[in-house]
Amino acid sequence: MTLADLAHPRQDYSYGFLDAFARRELRRRILKAIAIPGYQVPYASRELPIARGWGTGGLQATLSVVGPQDVVKVIDQGADDSVNAANLRRFIARMTGVETTTDTTKATIIQSRHRIPEERMDKGQLLVLQVPDPEPLRHVQPDSSQAREMHADADYAQMWLSLYEQLVRFGRFMQGASYPVIVNGRYLMSPSPIPRWDTPALHQSAHLTILSAGREKRLYAVPPYTDVRPIEFSDVFFQVEDQAGRVCTLTGAGQKYMDELPQPSGESRFRISDTGYVEKLLKMAQGESTKIGPTYYDDAGQFWMPGVIK
Amino acid sequence: MRPCPHTHMHILNVHEFSKTFTIHAINREVPAFTNVSFHLQPGELLVARGANGVGKSSLLRCLYRTYLPSAGHAIYQAQQGTVDLARAAEVDIALLRRNEIGYVSQFLRPRPRVSAIELVMEPLLLAGVPADDARMRAGDWLSRLGLKAAIWPAYPSTFSGGEQQKINLARALIAPRRLLLLDEPNAALDPGARAALRERLSVLKSEGVAMIGVFHHIEDVRDLVDSEVKIANSQ
Amino acid sequence: MLRPYGIRYDMTPTYFDPPRLTADRPLLTAWGLRKTYGRVTAVSGVDLEVYPGETLGIVGESGSGKSTVLRMLNLEEPANAGDYRLNLAAYAGENLLGLDRYRRRELRVTQIGIVYQQPHMGLRMRVSSGGNVAERLIMAGERSFATLRTAARDSLAESEFPLDRLDDPPRLLSGGMQQRVQLAKAIAMRPALLLLDEPTTGLDVSIQALVLDTLLRLRRERRIATVVVSHDLGVIRTLADRVLVMRGGQVVEHGLADQVLDDPQHPYTQQLVHAKL
Repeated sequence: MTLADLAHPRQDYSYGFLDAFARRELRRRILKAIAIPGYQVPYASRELPIARGWGTGGLQATLSVVGPQDVVKVIDQGADDSVNAANLRRFIARMTGVETTTDTTKATIIQSRHRIPEERMDKGQLLVLQVPDPEPLRHVQPDSSQAREMHADADYAQMWLSLYEQLVRFGRFMQGASYPVIVNGRYLMSPSPIPRWDTPALHQSAHLTILSAGREKRLYAVPPYTDVRPIEFSDVFFQVEDQAGRVCTLTGAGQKYMDELPQPSGESRFRISDTGYVEKLLKMAQGESTKIGPTYYDDAGQFWMPGVIK
Repeated sequence: MRPCPHTHMHILNVHEFSKTFTIHAINREVPAFTNVSFHLQPGELLVARGANGVGKSSLLRCLYRTYLPSAGHAIYQAQQGTVDLARAAEVDIALLRRNEIGYVSQFLRPRPRVSAIELVMEPLLLAGVPADDARMRAGDWLSRLGLKAAIWPAYPSTFSGGEQQKINLARALIAPRRLLLLDEPNAALDPGARAALRERLSVLKSEGVAMIGVFHHIEDVRDLVDSEVKIANSQ
Repeated sequence: MLRPYGIRYDMTPTYFDPPRLTADRPLLTAWGLRKTYGRVTAVSGVDLEVYPGETLGIVGESGSGKSTVLRMLNLEEPANAGDYRLNLAAYAGENLLGLDRYRRRELRVTQIGIVYQQPHMGLRMRVSSGGNVAERLIMAGERSFATLRTAARDSLAESEFPLDRLDDPPRLLSGGMQQRVQLAKAIAMRPALLLLDEPTTGLDVSIQALVLDTLLRLRRERRIATVVVSHDLGVIRTLADRVLVMRGGQVVEHGLADQVLDDPQHPYTQQLVHAKL
């Protein structure tokens, strides 16, 4: 018997890369964020082997909650195979040994940048959104301490004032991605730069969403079955991006969120942005067996939960 | 003169009323009038007389509280109660000025960009008269005083002294009053306007309006005058 | 409110009777207002009352504390001491200086309008004029775009703002127009109290006259209790029914506007009135 037999096998890193103290701190912050839906909880953003601004917030949230039984999916702008998503996925897998997938319905944790999958997430699933700027009041109140006071007072009049200005100047709401929402009737929240198309998916969702900004050191959450309402007027409503007339060149499907591919001719072609979903559609077209979950929008472009989009 | 025992008959009872100006810069006291007493009944026109330079206008101003009286009392029977004009609360004086006591001075204080007819309408509007009605009555007044309709919409700052005074008269006399303080109302008027004024004062008198006046042309109103009070100061 | 009527200011020799004819109770009652900045006392024991429909003027030189009083009345400047009440059902019997921040904001939005000398203090210079006015209603909870638009238009029309410039931001407007936008914003919620801080100072004389005329018309039509602060005695004579004269953080004289200007009692007021060109 040697000393090496008695000792634990050597490990270079803690499970999930973060040390136990960091994990505990993050989990506590996440619990607080869930307890106060939409409220930005500060946390000590740790150094990671990737640069700040490349998904470190989302990565820390994922690493702090992930366990050996989890199945992880990582997407970037809807794509599982982009460099950034692939790097993050490989890192998570290496540090935790979890299984990875591109199938939304099979994943227990989905870390995402800029998109929510087209297939409806279900209860028990966790969506981790990477957030570049957590502060929805930034462009109306650059002073962050004053912005915090406005959150404390639920004083969001300036947001409606900016909607008023957009209608006066442009005749419509100009905000595209990260369209501000009110969570649980209380806090104004930036849903990370997801397109307006994805915003209704947060409302009364069965899954938990954690939004985490590594550079800004803030995280917040939308617990399951919580009201998430985009800001709008009582007579001029929030609208999602119109996908009518766009057909996916890979699958022939429509009424999903499309990436626009400009052509040399000056025309545009479209492709469904959610590659995991495209993959399934293609499999099905080739007669392979696959199970496609219910989607947020049906083939007529109707959102699944009535009354959410007016 | 002692205060009259039948004060209920009187709308105004002035007792040992005095005014002295204190000019701090030169450390001087300048008396305007001293120990003035009189009383006034509804429909009575009382004329204040005295040498040039005694405080005849000052008396009127003290009653209107543009000047603060130094001593004495001026008991006024208002519709809602009795007050001493010498020491009534400022809000009460403001109320009386809106509703009961009018001051007709020699000088108009024109306001830039406010037309002649608007200036005349203003007291009626303040009293809650609808604008159309107020405009009609103001026009009626201005024409009776001989001001041509063509200049009603003009700004009075460019008008002659006589024209300005007509506007001021119309402004002061247009709203119903119970006590009128007339401070040389006819000083700069042409004969036609003076006649119109005399006519108007006579009507007001018959309607029971009490008036105290200082007149430049006393002959205009001599037959309307009921009583006189002599003003002197102790200098 | 255990307080004798008619605080006797040291230099005013006359005691006045309590109001006997006026049935109204004062809309605004404040006494003992006090404000210090470190060792400097800006306002030291100011009392004032404003009746419904009445305009109270406060005159004094720069540094007399008059603008500080106005900011305290607007609850934007915390007072060190004092009692400030508005005779409104929702705030009955409450010293407004003790309101928590939520109710303070609510009071300021719904019951108090203010026009500052500097337009940028009251306006968002890059937001459209209509938007500046609409913001007041948004703050009060209005969420219908059509209603906001109509209310902004109506309020601007009332302050005689040219409606073809409704969507222009104040930074593109002249000084007189900017004051009209401030005024429209101030009256948009039909407040009980209007505060004017040197509303026409810095404007050309003819523009000043137009703005004053609008203020007079609004005063007549709306019967809003108003406090106007100015060092310009002409403005005070035009707008105010009653006047307080402030010096060194204290009221040295009070009276009807024409009385204070034509028969000033206090040496300082005499100097102030006669210093007028």
